[in-house]
Amino acid sequence: MAEQSASNSVLLELRHLRKFFPIQKGFFRRTVGNVRAVDDVSFLIREGETLGLVGESGCGKTTTARCILRAMKPTSGEILFQPRDGQTVDLAQLSRSQLRPIRPQIQMIFQDPFGSLNPRMNLFDIVGEPLLVNGMTNRKQRTEQVAEILRLVGLRPEYMQRFPHAFSGGQRQRIGIARALALHPRLVVADEPVSALDVSVQAQVLNLLMDLQNQLGLTYLFVAHNLSVVKHICDNVAVMYVGKLVEKAAAEEIFNYPRHPYTAALMAAVPVSDPRVPVGDVELKGEVPNPADPPSGCYFHPRCGCAIDRCRAEPPLLREVFPEHFVACHRAEELSLPGICST
Amino acid sequence: MVIRKPSMDHETKPLLSVHDLKTYFPLDEGLVRAVDGVSFEISPGQVLGIVGESGCGKSVAMKAVLQIIEPPGRIVSGEIWLAGRNGGCAVDIAKLKPGSEAMRRIRGAEIALIPQEPMSSFSPVHTIGGQIVEAIQMHRSVDKKQAREMAIELLQAVGVPMPEQRIDAYSWQLSGGLRQRAIIAMGLSSNPRLLIADEPTTAIDVTTQAQILNLLRRLQEQRNMAIIFITHDLGVIAQMASHVVVMYLGRVMERGTVNDIFHAPKHPYTQALLRSIPNVRSEPHVKLPIISGSIPHPFNRPEGCPFHPRCESFMAGKCDIQIPPLVPVGDNQFASCLRYSGAAEAALGSANGHRIRKGKS
Repeated sequence: MAEQSASNSVLLELRHLRKFFPIQKGFFRRTVGNVRAVDDVSFLIREGETLGLVGESGCGKTTTARCILRAMKPTSGEILFQPRDGQTVDLAQLSRSQLRPIRPQIQMIFQDPFGSLNPRMNLFDIVGEPLLVNGMTNRKQRTEQVAEILRLVGLRPEYMQRFPHAFSGGQRQRIGIARALALHPRLVVADEPVSALDVSVQAQVLNLLMDLQNQLGLTYLFVAHNLSVVKHICDNVAVMYVGKLVEKAAAEEIFNYPRHPYTAALMAAVPVSDPRVPVGDVELKGEVPNPADPPSGCYFHPRCGCAIDRCRAEPPLLREVFPEHFVACHRAEELSLPGICST
Repeated sequence: MVIRKPSMDHETKPLLSVHDLKTYFPLDEGLVRAVDGVSFEISPGQVLGIVGESGCGKSVAMKAVLQIIEPPGRIVSGEIWLAGRNGGCAVDIAKLKPGSEAMRRIRGAEIALIPQEPMSSFSPVHTIGGQIVEAIQMHRSVDKKQAREMAIELLQAVGVPMPEQRIDAYSWQLSGGLRQRAIIAMGLSSNPRLLIADEPTTAIDVTTQAQILNLLRRLQEQRNMAIIFITHDLGVIAQMASHVVVMYLGRVMERGTVNDIFHAPKHPYTQALLRSIPNVRSEPHVKLPIISGSIPHPFNRPEGCPFHPRCESFMAGKCDIQIPPLVPVGDNQFASCLRYSGAAEAALGSANGHRIRKGKS
């Protein structure tokens, strides 16, 4: 997969993206500090690829996704996007009006299929609204378009007049996907798209996402914490910890040979659905530090079993330790960490 | 109090044995059979995993065991036998009134619950220490000072750092992991024989989940406590449980040891469920085998076997009419599938084959 996609053009590139939230105190709302939600994150996604963004809650993965969608303005950094037939633009710099023609090309699939659909709108309105907003005022044309999209995601067009409450969780997630695809986006940001679904329907939605990618040549940014799901559908994986990228590589590579102790710990924590596999006794101690007051040096050093003095003093930079394998760890070369597939 | 007849005792005395439990919710829209004939048992020191998707009745079954079902739901029939402490008389919880003195002596003391959401399980306006002390004083005659010391010990036992200070913290001052530990401490406060953990790690991160699972495993060994572990995560079950009950739409589909369930599942639902989950060890980018359709709405339960509309081995004229009983399909393994009951028992030898020819009866 990686070789094939390497030739594809870059669709999205983040360069040193930062998003800080000021902490304000007192009567005059003085800024006394910053929550460094996203701190110097760089990665790129090639066309037709799926990048998995993983990490614990509060590590900044959703904030990164929201910056890409320009649901919020990043503090600094560049978000270079290649629109369909057009020049590469920096989404971070664009104004509201400049963003308008770009927005249809970047769409989002939400986590909660119950909260993300308006209960007072029927399927036609939900899926047709993006079309209407973007100038398709002819109702007949819109009906045809909506029917086509519904068929695409595996829903019957006859359901168009029904309301979300009539559908199960898996079907609702299909509605959410249909809405995201209505405008033929190039990039789809999927924020935990299957974590709220029942186990028996997760596979259906994952298969649908993979099918749609093949059919429509979609590019996914897949935000998730379920590593089994990420391994299944992603080509590349980026791991975040307290707002920073700690490792990124091809999925195969990172799951077989993680080079950052945090990635290895994250993988060791995933319960394997096989009772014969012995329970891993390597347990990640402690908790995620407060992003407003992170520890010195490497943010992971207080919880890391491999930390040395250098880790406490000097923050490690993300560097290419092996070809196409980036790690932010001083000891990346010397450590040999267990992966999931190699054990 | 209902005394259990000695003749009903098994050789290995189970701690809790649930027999044909039915819990229904009569609503205006219709009758919801949330738990419809569930049987299982758990021995002291065992970890029983109950797996099932949303709406399968796993939580309601546990609430029935504790007699905390929200009205209008009620136990319609069935027995819930809890063995007596130190060889005492067994009690049928299903016959007790929810508010009765006998039930209050069991709830929280003999059987404790770790609820699903650590966020909403603590009162935000009382300190966690105050709430743990309250739980201790409920079941033991100790004064406030002693209870507070016990609470600190409990917090220490579940790995809360600086318990002397944390005891005066409010729940919202703690992280998700610490809050879950505090809930566990509260559950342990009366030294229960059975701990029911209802999705205790669903809302927390994998790394914290691993910590909590290790903690529960350790506590279980130390105290020789029985744990009923409810989850939809098959990975968690595989790592935690010794025995597994698989539920679907209020019924037990299959039950057996963890090895049998994961490596020799007999029920088509268990087989399909295990095939459909992406595994960290499975081949990436391939299509996952799916279970078609979705879980039916509780008001229109299918006739016959509840799984038949989604089942690959559906036998027309049988599965859609007859409710399959739970029959033995191996040593200590039971499945409720018509492929294994009645005349189909002959096919038990070829039970590993996926398909049974249609019409074969």
